[in-house]
Amino acid sequence: MNAKRVDKIATAVIYLLVGIVILILVALLGFILITGLPHVTWSFLTSPASAFNAGGGIGDQLFNSFYLLFLTLLISFPISLGAGIYLAEYAKKNRVTEAIRITIEVLSSLPSVVVGLFGFLLFVVQFKLGFSIISGAIALTFFNLPLLTRNIENSLNGVSNLQREAGLSLGLSRWKTVTKVVVPAALPGIITGIILSAGRVFGEAAALIFTAGQSAPVLNYANWNPFSGDSPLNIFRPAETLAVHIWKINTEGIMPDASQVSAGASAVLIIAVLVFNLGARWAGNYVYRRITASK
Amino acid sequence: MDAVKKELTRKSKASRQDQRGKLISLACVTLIMLVVLSILYMITSKGLATFFENKMSIVDFFTKQVWNPSAKPQALVGALPMIVGSFSVTVLSALLAAPFAIATAIFMVDIAGKRGRKILQPVIELLVGIPSVVYGFIGLTVVVPFTRTVFGGTGFGILSGTFVLFVMVLPTVTSMYVDSLKAVPQFYREASLALGATRWQTIYKVIIRASIPGLLTAIIFGMARAFGEALAVQMVIGNASILPSDLVSPASTLTSVLTTGIGNTVLGTLPNNALWSLALVLLLMSLVFNLLTRFIGKKGAF
Repeated sequence: MNAKRVDKIATAVIYLLVGIVILILVALLGFILITGLPHVTWSFLTSPASAFNAGGGIGDQLFNSFYLLFLTLLISFPISLGAGIYLAEYAKKNRVTEAIRITIEVLSSLPSVVVGLFGFLLFVVQFKLGFSIISGAIALTFFNLPLLTRNIENSLNGVSNLQREAGLSLGLSRWKTVTKVVVPAALPGIITGIILSAGRVFGEAAALIFTAGQSAPVLNYANWNPFSGDSPLNIFRPAETLAVHIWKINTEGIMPDASQVSAGASAVLIIAVLVFNLGARWAGNYVYRRITASK
Repeated sequence: MDAVKKELTRKSKASRQDQRGKLISLACVTLIMLVVLSILYMITSKGLATFFENKMSIVDFFTKQVWNPSAKPQALVGALPMIVGSFSVTVLSALLAAPFAIATAIFMVDIAGKRGRKILQPVIELLVGIPSVVYGFIGLTVVVPFTRTVFGGTGFGILSGTFVLFVMVLPTVTSMYVDSLKAVPQFYREASLALGATRWQTIYKVIIRASIPGLLTAIIFGMARAFGEALAVQMVIGNASILPSDLVSPASTLTSVLTTGIGNTVLGTLPNNALWSLALVLLLMSLVFNLLTRFIGKKGAF
């Protein structure tokens, strides 16, 4: 066989394998959306879940997911911003910095179930917070910190040194240069990173089943007092999220329409992730256009 | 004179500001390090309790096949079935994913034009983004019946777990390998083509050879993800703590036993401590994967 023919065959095989990969994704999305979307109605999205009867919705779970996401980002963004600034602007090239990088890498490679178990041990048991939103949010923060930190560090590193020199030459302190010049310049990348991490947090379940719990108590959406038991804003109540709900009804659910509910919930989850992915790109570009005044 | 000296040697406002800023950012980093250290410490101390407090044998833990920590009078903590289960799904899914990942990465870097890359980049990103419970749900409704009809058995088992994990690690391996293919210097390709090699010869004899460390890192990274994946695997593997004899009978992994067990045991008792030992094995393996990627990464830098 001559080399040219081998080349043709190999190329064909590569095309075939790539085609299969694309086919898998199309089949996955198609399956979820086709089986799930017919089930997604307004009442499905707003009514509470029912444990034994058909016709339950995902209203509380959807709210819990977004609330938990919001709290997680609220906690993890400042920490990762600080850590990212340290690594990008202040850290010297030495052993200590190397050790810091290794620990962050270790944290990012830990299985999420281990992070969840640690959260369970520390917050649920040790600090006696019980299965609660705050335990879940902190566990998700641990899960989110390393990736967000790396992303912010990379965005800061992407800012040209000219900007820093300009800031310093105007007599600003290094800290002021970072907060007033470098961080704003790195904003498009940082925002893209936050939204992408939001997608990851939104779909995470393994870290939550033993921290935020697997039950969704009845919520009264008219009650805005964050300290009362049935208020949706209460951070000390257990909160089953959408992803945990899908897992739960598939492993121990006894409702008759479990597969329709999980198909619908999966479709909602996938659409949310799609929106986060597209939104990340759009928001990054939008902010970039706004702050650089370029078309 | 003194007043002037004081004025001149005092820290300026800017320098104080800078110190404060550095302190704040350092505090954030320290917090992350503390979190990691306390995770390592707490899981380790909990996991070792089985052996030191409950006096179970470490050798038995890794070699015995019966997992029944609540048995009376003699509890049995043989974790071999779970360890074998975890390693089988991990290795099999990585083996299955590798050819697809290699082909896709090569296609994206060396074969496809701009348009092909524009189609594949979002495909990979979306596959990464799909939550693992959704993979588990699809595994339960599509993959399990499929394996049942094609390969026999109940459908639950290592084979179904492998198929689900294959799709989950594929994008991870692909995107990491794409990065290392991009790092292969362009003149390698030009030199090879200039010598009259075909595109495939260039890919096979030059590009892949040059990027072997990157490929290994990518595959180990994918294996780490597969090893630690909990819910998707737990939903399709069947959750039977027996040593798997074939690929289509129910089995279990470290993560699947953990997710089903932690909620049903009482903290501080042997059945619970035994589960923490499994978590410790999981933790140590993820550290091993991490070390391996670092080690290979150092060797493979251009």
